[in-house]
Amino acid sequence: MADLVRVKTMMPPGHVRTPAYLRGKTGVVERVLGPFGNPEKLAYMLEADKQPLYRVRFTMREIWGEAAENPEDTLDAEIYAHWLERV
Amino acid sequence: MPHDHHDHHDHLSPSGHPFRDDNDTPLSYWQRMEIAVRELMIEKGHVSPEEIALQIDAMDARNPANGAAVVARAWTDAEFRTRLLEDASEASREMGFDIGPMRLIAVENTADVHNLIVCTLCSCYPRNLLGLPPDWYKTRAYRSRAVIEPRAVLREFGLDLADDVQLRVHDSTADMRYIVLPARPEGTDGMDEAALAALVTRDSMIGTGLPRVP
Amino acid sequence: MGGQAAGPIPTDQHDFAIWEKRVDALMVLCSIKGFFTVDGLRRALEDMGEEAFETMTYYERWMASVNQNLIEAGVYSIEELGQRMEEVAARGDTYGDAQDG
Repeated sequence: MADLVRVKTMMPPGHVRTPAYLRGKTGVVERVLGPFGNPEKLAYMLEADKQPLYRVRFTMREIWGEAAENPEDTLDAEIYAHWLERV
Repeated sequence: MPHDHHDHHDHLSPSGHPFRDDNDTPLSYWQRMEIAVRELMIEKGHVSPEEIALQIDAMDARNPANGAAVVARAWTDAEFRTRLLEDASEASREMGFDIGPMRLIAVENTADVHNLIVCTLCSCYPRNLLGLPPDWYKTRAYRSRAVIEPRAVLREFGLDLADDVQLRVHDSTADMRYIVLPARPEGTDGMDEAALAALVTRDSMIGTGLPRVP
Repeated sequence: MGGQAAGPIPTDQHDFAIWEKRVDALMVLCSIKGFFTVDGLRRALEDMGEEAFETMTYYERWMASVNQNLIEAGVYSIEELGQRMEEVAARGDTYGDAQDG
């Protein structure tokens, strides 16, 4: 059963690996990748907490709206758990 | 003593083109920095000229033929294909490729699905298997357009996807790297792995092209 | 930059110059040896901003990022780097001349 998740809309500065074009978008978890070091800490040589990483699948409709080039096409991205909230 | 075969002006790069003759071009600020940083690192004992030369050679040895061999094996060996789709890193290592700690995911093209790889945030690429990425992969134009108008991008590469084929774009935003497992072309029955591997282009493993047909 | 408007994708390809391969090698070796992380490299690249993307080549940006990270790691000082870059420049006008004899 694929979980529905939404990417948080926060817009902090600095090194984040959640692309701006996905903020606030809802997708399904395509697979769980396991825990990885938080890049937001690693980028500054700080001790990094392990965050679960997920591959999340979005439809192009969800990201770009009905005017999307092909609304049924999909986009997969790897998003860290602290950027996701359950829907 | 620096590794000296790179200083021969007639040495050909792995692509068959001569290295740019940069030994004779005016020294740029960043080239000055490269020399200075390399020397400082060596003098301080952090790295040796031999290590640098070995790393250059290791990177030069990595090229799309490695990925093509993996694809050809997947086309001919159904169990390997299953293993590849489950854990592409392990499958690559199984074939003897030294990919280091790279975490690789293989995504499969079928009659209904075509995959395209991009890294919008920087230009992550499965370099430990395929070698260095093409310049176009690193351009702003590719990285910004591949996620919003991938079909237009593919048309620019000469690939016109049918409407009933779903396009899956993969933005390698974190620790994974991606390789497309292209669909085996028609008319290839009975071809051996080596012949099949010769059909697999670098672009077909990124998703901007299809394998050659025999 | 995903989704931003952009023109046609340039398809010209250059073979890598030896200095670029050395930047690449330094980047890989230094991260393996723990002087910085891939994340730190990316962060320094991002901090350079859009203008750097327009005015610097790929490996020029990587050299800048590698240096930024090594400075932050305390491997050498800005003064040491500046001094050495002057010495390198004094050896000659071309990349070949500027190698240590």
